[in-house]
This record gives sequence, C-alpha cells and structure tokens, in this order.
Amino acid sequence: MFVTILDIIISGLLLGGIYALIAVGLSLQYGVARVLNIAHGEFIMLGAFLTYTLFTGFKINPLISLVITGPAIFVVGFFLYRTLFARLRAVAPTVDAFEGNSMLACFGLLFIIQNVAILIWGAGIKGYSFWAEPVSLAGAKFAANRLITLFVALGICVAFYFFLSHTRLGKAIRASAQDPSTAGLMGVNINHVLALCFGLGSLMAGLGGTLISISYQIQPTMGLEYTVIALIVIVLGGLGSIPGSFIGGLVLGLVGSIVTYIDPGLSLVAYYVIFMLLLLAKPTGILGKS
Amino acid sequence: MSRQISNTHKIVVPIILILVLALLAAAPLFAPRYTIILMISIFMYVIITVSWTMFSGPTGYVSLASAAFFGAGVYTSALFGLKLPLPVIVPLGGLAGFVLALLVGALTLRLKGAYFVMFTFGLVELLLNFLLWWEINITGTTGRVVPPVSNSAVYYTMLGIFVAVVGSSYLINRSRYGLAMRCIGEYEEAAAHTGINVALYKIITFALSAFFMGAAGAIMATRWTYIDPHIAFNPLISFLPVLMAIFGGIGHLVGPIIGATIFTYLEEVLITKFPYYYMLIFGIIMLLAITYLPEGVVGLFQNLYKRLTGEKNGAA
Repeated sequence: MFVTILDIIISGLLLGGIYALIAVGLSLQYGVARVLNIAHGEFIMLGAFLTYTLFTGFKINPLISLVITGPAIFVVGFFLYRTLFARLRAVAPTVDAFEGNSMLACFGLLFIIQNVAILIWGAGIKGYSFWAEPVSLAGAKFAANRLITLFVALGICVAFYFFLSHTRLGKAIRASAQDPSTAGLMGVNINHVLALCFGLGSLMAGLGGTLISISYQIQPTMGLEYTVIALIVIVLGGLGSIPGSFIGGLVLGLVGSIVTYIDPGLSLVAYYVIFMLLLLAKPTGILGKS
Repeated sequence: MSRQISNTHKIVVPIILILVLALLAAAPLFAPRYTIILMISIFMYVIITVSWTMFSGPTGYVSLASAAFFGAGVYTSALFGLKLPLPVIVPLGGLAGFVLALLVGALTLRLKGAYFVMFTFGLVELLLNFLLWWEINITGTTGRVVPPVSNSAVYYTMLGIFVAVVGSSYLINRSRYGLAMRCIGEYEEAAAHTGINVALYKIITFALSAFFMGAAGAIMATRWTYIDPHIAFNPLISFLPVLMAIFGGIGHLVGPIIGATIFTYLEEVLITKFPYYYMLIFGIIMLLAITYLPEGVVGLFQNLYKRLTGEKNGAA
C-alpha cells in the first residue's frame, strides 16, 4: 500500500515537472507579453524533434542538446515577437484587441510550424532510447531518464525564478508584467522586454520538448495536447503568476498520476473537468489575485 | 446620386439572389457528381462559419466550441439514424447543439476574453476524451455506422440549412436584436445599463448559432457513414471556421461565405496531392490576413470600391 502511494506520488511529480516547465513558459508569454500562445506546443514539438535529430543523426547527448535547442528556439521566439507581434501590438487599439489578434496569429503559426515539421520529419511517431534502465526509489521502480527529466525541469524553473527575482532584467520583466506603460516611463525598453519574455517562453517550451523526447514518444502533431495542458496549468495557478504555474504543474501532474492509477483512459477527462470547474468557480486560480 | 444607387440595389440584389438560389437548387440536375460532393463540403464550412460569425462577430467573444456543437449533431445522427427519418434527425441534431450551447452559455456567462476562449476549447476536448473513454469502457465500441443517404438529399438539406442560417443572420443584423448584440460587443457594461438583457441575448444567439452547426453535423454524418469521437469532435472544425471568417471579413455577411468557400475549394484542390502544403498555406494566409487585412477580403474590396467611386474618407 505504502509503495503504491509512493509510486503514484513520484510518477505524479515526474509528470508534473515537465508540466510546470512548459506552463511557466506559457505564463511568461501570456502574463507579460499578453500573447495567448496557442502555438506553444509547437515550440515544444520543435525542441523534441531537434533533440531527436541531434541524437540519432549526430549522436549528441540529449542533455547537451538542451543548450542547443533552447537558445535556437529562443531566437525564433524573440524574432517572431520583434516582427509579427510587435507589429500587431502597434496597430491594435486596445490590449484586448491585441490579445485577440495575437491569438489568431498563433493559430496561423500553429499550422505553419506543425506542417513544416511534418514535411521535414514525416508524420509518424518517433522515439529513441536514452538511459532507460530502471532505478529503484524506496521500493518503486522508475526509468532513470524520467528522474533526470524531473531534476532538470525543476532546476530550470528554480533558476528562472531567481533570475526574475534577483536580477535587474528580471525586475524589468516583473515591472512590465504589472504595468507596461508605467514600466516604459521608468526607462524599461518595453518592446525589447516583451520580445525577451516571448523568447524565454519559447525557450522553456524548447527545453520542455527536449526533456519530453527523452522519456516519451514524439510526433509532429503532439503540440496541441501540451498546449492544452499548459493552458490548464496556468489557469490552475492563476494567469500570469509564475510561482502559481510552477505549483499548478506539480499539482496537475499528481492529479494525472492518481487518475491514471484508477483508470488510465480518464486522465485527460479529469484534466478538463478540473480546468472547467476551476474556470467557473475561481478563474483567478490558486495563487492569482482577483 | 446615392438614392439612385440604393434604388437599383433594391432591384438588382434580390434578382441576383434569386438567380443564385435557383442555380444552386437546380445544380443536382445537371452538375457532375463530383461538383455536388464538393458543394456539400463547401456548404458545411459556410454554415459553420456563418453560424460562428452570428455570435462571435458582433460580440467579439471568440468561441472555439463549434466542433462541440457540430459533433453533438453528428452523434445525434449516429444514435438515431437507424430509428428515425432524415427530416426528424436534422432538426434533432440542431436541437442537440442548441441545448448544449444553452448549458455552456449559462455556465460561461461570467467568463470574458481569454477565459471564454479556453473554456470553449476545453469543452471540445472534454467531450472528445469523455466519449472516447465511454465508447471503449462502457459501450465497447470504437466507432459507429450512420445509414447513408443519397447525395442529392444531403445536398438539398445542406442548401436548406444554408438558406436558413444566412437568412437568420441577415434578419438579426437588421433588427433591434442585432443592434443589441453589437452594443454588447462595443461595451458590455454600457449595453447592460441601457436596458439590454445582456445575458439573455448572448445565450440565445450562442444557442441559435449552435443549432445550425448541430443540424449541419447531423446531415454531414450521413455523408461520412462511419464516425468515431475523433471525427465528430475534430478540433479543426473549431479552428478553421474562425480563420475562414477572419479571412473573408466578419464585418459583412458575405465575408464568412466567401472565406469559407475559398478555403474549402483550396482544400479540395490541394489536400489530395499536398495535404501538408494545404495546411501550411492556410497558416501563412492566416498570418498575412491578420497582419495586413484586418477587415478581410470583403473589407479590402469595400475600400477599393469606395476609392474607385471617388468617395473620400472611405477607408476607415
């Protein structure tokens, strides 16, 4: 009994680590840059496939490709904001109009990235084996790669939290999240900071993708599922709250693990039920301000 | 001058409309089978897109629940297809969409902006995953067979729903009811203060638009003959109409019709040979339309027309 509970908790945390990472990325994009990035999962997918290609084609260790995929996808996100979203932001009369238009633009991005990926890698399911030997943890057994995934994901989240709370740039980002126009008046280069936030959000999606590809099978259409999970997590944690997204990710991972233990077919259903009940009961989330 | 134009408009527009309708009604008599099948797909997307615009156009609430209402219709057809005749199935499918939308509308009243988008999107995925689980664990089926109907029956049903949805959109736009909807879109609180029953108007329009989607789903299921939750609740059915409406232009009734027709035709031409290029092109056009054509194709032509006829300050 004890082992079963431990088993559920640990596998929930393993799942939750990745959820937290991708949700923190989306939270940054929506909370600060005001882009509800429906294409978030596509950046995850890109990260996963880049890692796959680097591993199978060039024999590069997936943990090393973290420092390749992350920056590469950061650059894509950063320039997307500088070109596309900055333009939409400049012409939109209100913040609401910008949110609507940027979300629709993300739909376009979703189709473009997904189909370019299919043209490059094909539509099939891919996967590779990396550190898959089992490790015993207090009686429960796990693949080594999943433990690594959890630690890397948590490490990135914590490092990012310290970046936000202890650096000058982090302070600029927090200021822009609270009030972009006032932050601009205080000398923050808003367009640069927002592009940076969108880029950092993409970076985390890319890193998340790399970690996902280590433990799970990947395919070009996998993005939407992760986008939805990230959306659920940021609502769970409160839109725009980074610590909220982090905790929300772990909570959702635990929920997923518990429901999977009861009936594997119901885990996605459980996510949506929680999501919709939460939207109705407390749209501001666990840590959100009303 | 302008009065003359509006007078000729009064005569010319109805004549053109009647001619187009007559042509559409007579099409199965002379058009090849392939054209009729293509027309059925075009009608399907036009109906969903016009219905979507009926609610989301004036209010600005972006709904991604179209696939849920469409799927409700599809499943109605699958459940009752063997027991009931077609003229009962189609309104019943519409009713399924209508009731679902009433429930969703009543629940989501307080949600705005991104929350509404996420909720409606979550709804489709919830229904899809719940039905998958239900089919596998409770009924032990993976798909259902819908009794097929002749192509011309599907075609005429689609044409009927098309006329109904465009007609209701037109009447709503012209009435006080449509004006109230636009007020809600402009400034919801102000609309409420001027005495508009905001909740009632939003829910009724949402449900009415879902009725047409459900009816289209019910008849489309007979074309597909085999359905499963993935086919019935395909998220693309939610996404594509939004993009089609934006591309065509949501400011005018013709916009969604044009947008849906162009894209469905493009899909037909490209999807058999280059399925991934179709979606790729779709995405690129989408980005370009949002960045450079905020009022859609119709808005572009309206501005061009105004410039040609020499009207100043036309491009607002």
